[in-house]
Amino acid sequence: MKLELQGMTKRFGPVVANDDISLVVEPGQIHALLGENGAGKSTLMNLLYGLYQPDEGRILLDGVEQKFSGPGDAMDAGIGMVHQHFMLVPVFSVAENVVLGNEPSTRWGSLDLATARERVQEISARFGFDIDPDAIIEDLPVGIQQRVEIVKALAREARVLILDEPTAVLTPQETDELMEIMRQLAAEGTSIVFITHKLREVKAVADVVTVIRGGKVIDSVSPESSVGELASLMVGREVDLTVNKSAPQLGDVVLEVRDLVVVDDRQQKVIDGISLDVRAGEVLCLAGVEGNGQTAFAETLLGLRQVTSGSIILGGQDITDDSVRDVLEAGVGYIPEDRKKDGLVGDFTLEENFMTDGSFSRPWTKGLSIDFASRHDTSTDLIERFDIRTPSSTTLAKKLSGGNQQKVVVARELTRDLKLFIAAQPTRGVDVGSIEFIHEQIIATRDRGIPVVIISTELDEVYGLADRIAVMYRGRIVAIVPPTTTREQMGQMMAGILPEGIAA
Amino acid sequence: MSTTVTPGIFSLADAKVSWKAPWFMAFFSVVVFVGFGVLGRREPVEYSLTRDDANFVLPPIEAMSHVVGLTLGVILLAITALAFAWVVRKRPVPLWWSLVFGLIAITALLGWLAAGDRVPVAFLLANAIVLAIPIMFGGMAGVMSERVGVVNIAIEGQLLTGAFVAAVVSTLTGNLYIGLIAAMIAASLVSMVLAVFAVRYLVDQIIVGVVLNVLVIGVTNFLYSQWLTQDAATTNAPGTFPVVSLPILSDIPILGPVFFENRITVYLAFVAVPLLWYILFRTRFGLRARAVGEYPMAADTMGVGVAATRFWWVVMGGALAGLGGAALTIGNVGAFGKEMTQGQGFIALAVVILGRWHPFYMSAAALLFGFSIILRVWANQVSPGIPTDFIIMVPYLVTIIAVVGFVGRVRPPAAVGKPYVKE
Amino acid sequence: MSVLKEILSTSATRAFLSILMGFLVGAIFMMVSGEEVGEALDSGGLGDAFAAALMTVADGYGALFRGSIFNTRADDLATAIRPLTETLRLGAPLIAAGLGISLGFRVGLFNIGGNGQMVFGILWATWVSTRMELPIVLHMIAAVVVAILGAALWGALVGFLKAQTGAHEVILTIMLNYVSIYLFTWFIRNPNLLQQVEAGGTPKSDAPAVTAQLPQLFPGTYSLHLGFILAILAAITYWWLMERSAIGYRFRMVGHNPHAARTAGISVERTYVYAMAVSAAFLGVAGANQALGTQVPYTETVHAGIGFDGITVALLGGGSAVGIFFAGLLFGAFKAGGPQMQVIGVSPEVLGIVQGAIVLFIAAPPLVRALFRLPSLSSTPALDRFRARFQRKGASS
Repeated sequence: MKLELQGMTKRFGPVVANDDISLVVEPGQIHALLGENGAGKSTLMNLLYGLYQPDEGRILLDGVEQKFSGPGDAMDAGIGMVHQHFMLVPVFSVAENVVLGNEPSTRWGSLDLATARERVQEISARFGFDIDPDAIIEDLPVGIQQRVEIVKALAREARVLILDEPTAVLTPQETDELMEIMRQLAAEGTSIVFITHKLREVKAVADVVTVIRGGKVIDSVSPESSVGELASLMVGREVDLTVNKSAPQLGDVVLEVRDLVVVDDRQQKVIDGISLDVRAGEVLCLAGVEGNGQTAFAETLLGLRQVTSGSIILGGQDITDDSVRDVLEAGVGYIPEDRKKDGLVGDFTLEENFMTDGSFSRPWTKGLSIDFASRHDTSTDLIERFDIRTPSSTTLAKKLSGGNQQKVVVARELTRDLKLFIAAQPTRGVDVGSIEFIHEQIIATRDRGIPVVIISTELDEVYGLADRIAVMYRGRIVAIVPPTTTREQMGQMMAGILPEGIAA
Repeated sequence: MSTTVTPGIFSLADAKVSWKAPWFMAFFSVVVFVGFGVLGRREPVEYSLTRDDANFVLPPIEAMSHVVGLTLGVILLAITALAFAWVVRKRPVPLWWSLVFGLIAITALLGWLAAGDRVPVAFLLANAIVLAIPIMFGGMAGVMSERVGVVNIAIEGQLLTGAFVAAVVSTLTGNLYIGLIAAMIAASLVSMVLAVFAVRYLVDQIIVGVVLNVLVIGVTNFLYSQWLTQDAATTNAPGTFPVVSLPILSDIPILGPVFFENRITVYLAFVAVPLLWYILFRTRFGLRARAVGEYPMAADTMGVGVAATRFWWVVMGGALAGLGGAALTIGNVGAFGKEMTQGQGFIALAVVILGRWHPFYMSAAALLFGFSIILRVWANQVSPGIPTDFIIMVPYLVTIIAVVGFVGRVRPPAAVGKPYVKE
Repeated sequence: MSVLKEILSTSATRAFLSILMGFLVGAIFMMVSGEEVGEALDSGGLGDAFAAALMTVADGYGALFRGSIFNTRADDLATAIRPLTETLRLGAPLIAAGLGISLGFRVGLFNIGGNGQMVFGILWATWVSTRMELPIVLHMIAAVVVAILGAALWGALVGFLKAQTGAHEVILTIMLNYVSIYLFTWFIRNPNLLQQVEAGGTPKSDAPAVTAQLPQLFPGTYSLHLGFILAILAAITYWWLMERSAIGYRFRMVGHNPHAARTAGISVERTYVYAMAVSAAFLGVAGANQALGTQVPYTETVHAGIGFDGITVALLGGGSAVGIFFAGLLFGAFKAGGPQMQVIGVSPEVLGIVQGAIVLFIAAPPLVRALFRLPSLSSTPALDRFRARFQRKGASS
């Protein structure tokens, strides 16, 4: 089925998220939509899928104009979507999720789960998936959940399949398998729209690449273009995607973690015996597929999770059972993975957000009250030093873009008196300009002699920043390796396999 | 929906079992053994199992009150010991074991209260059911509402509306069935306000619920003072539904009359609860509703109308609450009294949580409260030594203990209370 | 957009419009249930009935005005403004209650247990005021302090249970209302405890000792007592606490985003306990007002539903000390004017409907906007510039 978008425009208040976008996807074509975070790709796809209503523009399928009042209409027309954040109800089974909204049922409305199961098994078999239709979603690994998302889209006989950033949660090998599936579907005549910001993937699988920047289509090019060309189109200027850093000046060991075991409320050992050291002046990156315990590790260091056994020693001081406040005061800076949920208070001003973990002392408070003058001055200074784009220091944090919000969190943490700096997914959902800035800040912190622990699922970032890389799998460290390790070896370790020649 | 850990791929630590159950059991066993046994009352008590006028009369069980306390106390201690044995071996105490404990403890309590008198088991059970019905209907409204993600604090107001309208309309029209239907319609109108505000205007659902309660109390109080009391005979004398005895079924010994000699409001509850269960868990309407309550965005992407689903389920729930309110007046006492719901709408909420948002367990919890209400009425008559004020507290204390002791283990529908914003 | 248009769209305007519409709803109820209206309909037809309806409303609200603000039928000025002093007297506990509940809202807690918290504090205050003898000023201060602390304890209990078990405070506070009130009833039923010396069988307390009572501000002329000053002090405390203090900042953070607060090192559990305690403490001030602002014995209904009315005050007041102050006075006016309405045959319960309607409209900003075609504001640039001339500080909500 041929998909055509003509002049699609969508505004959110004063912000124009999609500006007169036009696009053609031929049947059986894999069309990549490339753009950095915040460029407007997801908005466009939500328009196509009927989740948003366009302010202007037309959607045509096989030359016929379509009007979607909701996802139901889009699905009936043959458009299927595999979302970045899976649209699966965690407590339902696979079969229930797949048939939701289009359930096979008897006359009185009773659910016919037997037919639902058959549907799931039929589609799974076509691609060699091995999915149990009665498995509960929240008990399934992320890679399998994504397959359920795909089965769900295909069960509605999608002839246009949109995949929104599907590889964030996959190992390199699983990504390759996904691309095989895409090729198979394309060969059968399905049109595929593949949204991503990863150049490597675009070149591997796309037939056509359309670059989007600032809500507009910049160009449609061939995937044969060089990585550099694609990057410049994506960002709008010459981009050097490598991080500039000199060799690390290593100091003493500052963070010692010994035999750490952390159990969650489902009795799972999310940290299953981790030991590592981090020295002053180095960056240690924790790599691995999301969901293998990396975030849990960061949360444990901060004191958000209770340690079952083992120890954490910071600069000679045992902080294993310390509260979050004690850990912060011991000199730990922390950038949480989900800045909107854990890092910022959206309804507070920037000034109020700068002081969230400092409200017990100067320069933010004096005695029992807030020191407004001092707070204002300090905030203005931080906004300038960290190049935070904002109308004023009293703007509400939720009004800032993702990159600027992250810079607020970074500014807050890096200007404290630190012995250790931890950052989880520091550049997720951040525009390229801010990514560069944050990377620079991280290296600068390292060069000031402070040990840095970074958790990231973006291998490019890991390779760029790390002096040493610890690969995590199922709550354990598979190995700690230098950044000279190949991508293939990295992929194997992320899947739990210790490649030859690498010490555990 | 990003997961910080992927379940199912980690190795498991040793199971951690809660010690709450055995310790609670230990405490209450000692209370029974010492309080009702050793320090118990030395008077005879008689457990009469059937009503004196039933078809099949069983002989009553007689014993000395303190002997009952001692014997049952010993049994409870044995049950507690077994519970400890399980927990020490890292196995959780099964729920049914706690229920057995509870039943025996209550039997002991009854024996102590009624020392020198008799325990009318059939009477207590029958009244427990009748008193539980409004709470059960309120609980159904709560389940329907919360399963689609809307917090319904206004159950109290919906019950009161139903009670008022049922009494007044029945008196004015002279027809109890019209009153019943009017009550359901009126209460669903009240819940419609909640639905509209919560779904379309995205206002904090708890605030709207509280405000609706305030309004309903205000309106019913006003109309009661201004209108009903001026002219009680023509506005507030509806009478009650006749008690209907189901043939054959009501002849079953002991439990027959308890369940099958009741008014239509009770029978409607017997039908509504399993019907709600079926719709919620076995039909596609229920699947969609539950999806909306767990993850509205996912439901939306699958073509399920989130706002419409929420609206209709809340409104239908309101109708059931109206039925419950009617059960208070034309299903039980007859005339309407000022603020006669006395917090039962909130007990209904507690019952929803205790029942884990499941119609059957919710009804069981409602029965527990119905029982605590009749207990306080009866205990007052039979054991005047205990201060009334403490006895009246019993249902409320039970609610607190239940909510405090059990809440940590339950998972509400994930999207409950959060409005769904679409662009 | 002009300053005027923005003013029309702010929350202050909305509050005003909500009040107006609340009165309208009350008017409708008065019209529909007025006796004269029914008679006029029977005898004269629709036109007469409408005129009679308007008369009923005018009479009703006229009585309200005379009972709460200015008695137009008085002989001298001093008597004429007596209603206003009554409004202040009756509004004081409502203000205090509204402050406490509003504080709870801003921390993300729904404190529906105001009545129970007041009564628990009153329990202690009654002990001090009727069973203890202390020198003059000390006695009153002790009683007030104990009322506040007792209420705070009852509130802290809720916070503790919520923090430890995750139980919802709506259910807990409502249940504890009943427990507290029945507990107090038992105390005043028991001659060994708090019962009035000559009560007989009824549960009643003694009147508070003269040395413990809140002193009159205008002895002989008006009934207004120190409680009003306490309410003003409470409002100032609330303002300082929520807008200026570090503790209030942390409270607000937890209210907006408990996850971020936890990551910033704040113990959300302990915050719930403190916030419930402080919220209840304000209700204790209202309790002191009730127990010590009277010269006669009282029963378990001494709370007068203020704990519940405080919710409507908090919602109308919109979170700010000034707003709550005036909202409390408005509803105090309702209480003061009620008896006058009763005299002319209008059931004062209609004011309960007005109160509820006002709050319903307040709770739905988009509804009021839709009805009056006001624009939705994401920012108020003109007003901000206007305001910026008078402001140096950068606090948000």
